[in-house]
Amino acid sequence: MAGIVGYGAYIPRNRITSEEIAKQWGKDPGSIQRGLLLKEKSVPGLDEDTITISVAAGRGALERAGIEPGRVGALYIGSESHPYAVKPSGTIVSEALGVGPDLHVADFEFACKAGTEAMFVALGLVEAGRVEYAMGIGADTSQGAPNDALEYSASAGGAAYIFGKEHLLVDVLETYSFTTDTPDFWRREGEFYPRHGGRFTGEPAYFKHVMTATERILEKTGFKPKDFRYVVLHMPNGKFPLSAAKQLGFTKEQWETGWIVPQMGNTYSGSSPTGLAAILDVADPDDLILITSFGSGAGSDSFVLRATELLPERRDRAPTVRQMLDGTRRYLTYGQYAKYREKIIVND
Amino acid sequence: MPSPRYWREVPNRYRLEGAKCADCGKVTFPARHVCPDCRSANMEAMALSRSGKVVTSTVVRTPPDDLLMESPYAVAVVETPEGARLMVQVADCDPEEVLPGMEVSLEFRLIRKEGHGGIRCYGHKAVPVV
Repeated sequence: MAGIVGYGAYIPRNRITSEEIAKQWGKDPGSIQRGLLLKEKSVPGLDEDTITISVAAGRGALERAGIEPGRVGALYIGSESHPYAVKPSGTIVSEALGVGPDLHVADFEFACKAGTEAMFVALGLVEAGRVEYAMGIGADTSQGAPNDALEYSASAGGAAYIFGKEHLLVDVLETYSFTTDTPDFWRREGEFYPRHGGRFTGEPAYFKHVMTATERILEKTGFKPKDFRYVVLHMPNGKFPLSAAKQLGFTKEQWETGWIVPQMGNTYSGSSPTGLAAILDVADPDDLILITSFGSGAGSDSFVLRATELLPERRDRAPTVRQMLDGTRRYLTYGQYAKYREKIIVND
Repeated sequence: MPSPRYWREVPNRYRLEGAKCADCGKVTFPARHVCPDCRSANMEAMALSRSGKVVTSTVVRTPPDDLLMESPYAVAVVETPEGARLMVQVADCDPEEVLPGMEVSLEFRLIRKEGHGGIRCYGHKAVPVV
């Protein structure tokens, strides 16, 4: 059986509060915080991007796995903010992690589910016996147009997972993917910011795919919601995953550990993978865990996981998600945020 | 065009690969073929720890054009536990707080971009350990 042998996460130290963004646009901060359930979000520094986040998360995963980097035979990075239009993020990440050059590398893109897409393919290659270890990373420095609802959520961060067949921290018991053509959110070539269908991003998009993938993996495995200790669903804002979890029959005790969006924001491809990392930071052996991602366009990947005896022994080898969320933070003004996100145009 | 030059430096910039003299133990960064202390050519590749201590620092307020948006920022000489010293930018902090003796970790970051359409150059920067 294949599973996770190492994991790592990274969240930048810069933050901006929902209140600071709301003040800039003359909105009521209270209604934003109550409506979207977002308190603050991470912001990448001028020197942070999908590549640097992937390297930081990947280094944590290698530390926890305790394997020679050269044994990783595949590296996949899922993101919708790859820094280059042409030139893979994966080549740079591979060199920095020291996992190359004898490996297969690809960059994936599927809106917010590119991270679990990378994990899904990495797992499949290991299960098939094509490679000994494979790494799947979900990372983003998310884009949100100024004065758009997305500006309160689009943040930066990511998580990396190494899959293998021995010394598992987490068994992968089952996977399920559900995909349709649904134009709920998109960014055309050359456009700087994504566009979305407003309320159309809800029922026909997020809820349909997250609920269906989750229900079908439960059906496939025979597990009931009450069998799980933890659940994490993609977090485009604070409200959607809570509503979906409730409709699926999950309780607060099950979703609260992975529900990190009020402090982190939506890290797009890194969202549910980073929520899963927060769960693995505290899970006990034999705990059942369910993760369902969502990517606009649209699709969801679900994984049913079970923690092993080895997980608690390995987790202290790298920083935990809560240490990064609650540790050193630098709160930015909207002006600093605009500079950091390169929204200010200056002469060359 | 400096891209090939940057590419040649990938081992030390991306993985902090230095060299250790097999005869006298001197660690150099970047790697050297001949030991600066004992002149031995018996140098072995070694990766530095991604941590260190600030030896000395300064604050840059008049930066090159590439780093205009990052100004002011601190630049420091950092010594790793192996004894190698490297000059790095210090990120994620108030530059005035970067002083000798400060513990730092070395994180993989974007160092600069080669203009608007050129390559992105990565390497390591120091970040204070709190």
